[in-house]
Amino acid sequence: MTHAAVAAPGARFKKLLRRKDDHGGAPKLSPLWTFVAWLATLAFFAPVAWMVLTSFHQEADAATNPPTPFAPLTFDQYELLFSRDITPFLLNSVMASVLSTLLVLALAVPAAYALSIKPVEKWTDVMFFFLSTKFLPAIAALLPVYLIVKDAGMLDNVWTLVVLYTAMNLPIAVWMMRSFLAEVPKEILEAAEVDGAGLLTVLWRVVAPVAMPGLAATSLICFIFSWNEFMFAVNLTATQASTAPVFLVGFITNEGLFLARLCAAATLVSLPVLIAGFAAQDKLVRGLSLGAVK
Amino acid sequence: MTTLTAPPKTAPPPFRTRKSSGAAAKWKRRIPLLPALIFTIVVTQLPFVATLIISTFQWNILRPGDRHFVGLSNFSFVFTDERLRTAVLNTVVLTASVVIISVILGLGLAMLLDRRFAGRGLARTLLIAPFLVMPVAAALLWKHAIYNPDYGLLNGTLNAVYRFFGADNGPTVDWISSYPMPAVVVSLVWQWTPFMMLILLAGLQAQPGDVLEAARMDGASALQTFRHITLPHLRQYIELGVLLGTIYVVQTFDAVFTITQGGPGSQTTNLPYEIYLTMFRKYEYGEAAAAGVVVVLGAFVIATFALRTIASLFREEVSR
Repeated sequence: MTHAAVAAPGARFKKLLRRKDDHGGAPKLSPLWTFVAWLATLAFFAPVAWMVLTSFHQEADAATNPPTPFAPLTFDQYELLFSRDITPFLLNSVMASVLSTLLVLALAVPAAYALSIKPVEKWTDVMFFFLSTKFLPAIAALLPVYLIVKDAGMLDNVWTLVVLYTAMNLPIAVWMMRSFLAEVPKEILEAAEVDGAGLLTVLWRVVAPVAMPGLAATSLICFIFSWNEFMFAVNLTATQASTAPVFLVGFITNEGLFLARLCAAATLVSLPVLIAGFAAQDKLVRGLSLGAVK
Repeated sequence: MTTLTAPPKTAPPPFRTRKSSGAAAKWKRRIPLLPALIFTIVVTQLPFVATLIISTFQWNILRPGDRHFVGLSNFSFVFTDERLRTAVLNTVVLTASVVIISVILGLGLAMLLDRRFAGRGLARTLLIAPFLVMPVAAALLWKHAIYNPDYGLLNGTLNAVYRFFGADNGPTVDWISSYPMPAVVVSLVWQWTPFMMLILLAGLQAQPGDVLEAARMDGASALQTFRHITLPHLRQYIELGVLLGTIYVVQTFDAVFTITQGGPGSQTTNLPYEIYLTMFRKYEYGEAAAAGVVVVLGAFVIATFALRTIASLFREEVSR
């Protein structure tokens, strides 16, 4: 029995390490299909590769026909971007996405708790109410939101974006967190209660270890959606609170076309999401499908 | 365990919380839920009430003082306006082509990635990159670095290929003016195929291995296995991908705003962009609100199907 108790955590750890797509039974692709798979992969990746490559070129080398992929590399475009004040836009983006993500978690985690561990009556109806708000097209809310925000003197204010992004991501976060909290073993919860453990102890010792990976994945998904949001940002901000995507469209129309610098800006603003997405790729599908697909 | 709790409490009878149906106990359970629920109702439901109200007014801020109740006349305008009808049609064409093409491509990629091959993990990582590029950045990338007639990657590559075969110069195609809708569709398909691939790959990997094994033992061909086992199993995942994709792609604003500005003419103006124009270019608030209400009703129809699919997946999960 002691032997089993020692072996079990090790086995669980191995299971965690084994990536989902490495399940043993998958048949191998033939060399021809392997070639096709890689060809398709590279075709899809080519625009991203081209964007990154061009961002390290001089303007003169970026705008050639035919293209010159082997032109000398330089950091000039990135230096220019920072000397052209991309920084305040990036800071606004960081503020809007990080603050709204924190606010989402502060609201969603207790709600998910009340929908899984100690469920309220008719909790599925509540779940579907949250979900249904995600299906309302944002464009239909733009006009009233614009009028209300204007009346409140909150146009061009990062906090306006924080509130809107929180509302935008809350349903996703509630659904995701609920699906993670539902994995907390009921027997352990009941055992802890029978032992007289307080609420905080239960949360810290039993719930948190299971929910932590879910919390991380949920934050990443919320961060990605807020960081990329454009419609509210472009229509509700002017000079003070504009975020990175607004900077991108702005510097094209103002300065004409600088292809290499555009690529540098596009790479720079996409970088946080690329890193977050790659880090969370196992959880990405769960977030995008609102926890419906694991 | 008890040493962890600071004051040793008298243990409550274990099943009390479950059996008590008192109002106090109910409210204790509801409290953690309330902040999120109230926030959601205030921020997402009230604006729609406001939209409904504004949609019954004649209200153009270029003519201040001329704001009055007009009943449903904005709606009769919305349903008869040529531009809006074009926008509805464009939205349907754009959404349907993006969703259908990316589901088909995503299914192909998912089936390849479901098998083992050299560098599969890396291929999967590279394949999701297009979905992670900021949509506005992606739209600008396609518009300027790829479609540009003079030095975009497409014409540049064509030119290089023509020169390689001894011709003087390749054709100079202005992709966006010549093929505006396909140009927008291609850039969106590029972004959404990884999304579909991820959902369908998850579906393929949830497939019970023993059934596939049995099919192979019984001598079923790869095609038969696909048609009679894999496809029926994937059906709900395909539905989910189509519905979620539709909900997101119907709302496309970034790509239209950036690549074509709805043009040439109104050839690529979809509903979100048309509503934006009505609001911030024509300043017809009443009409914009009425169009918004129509969009919400349209979304409601799609959402009903989407919610049903999610509910069936959800019930499976809960019953497990």
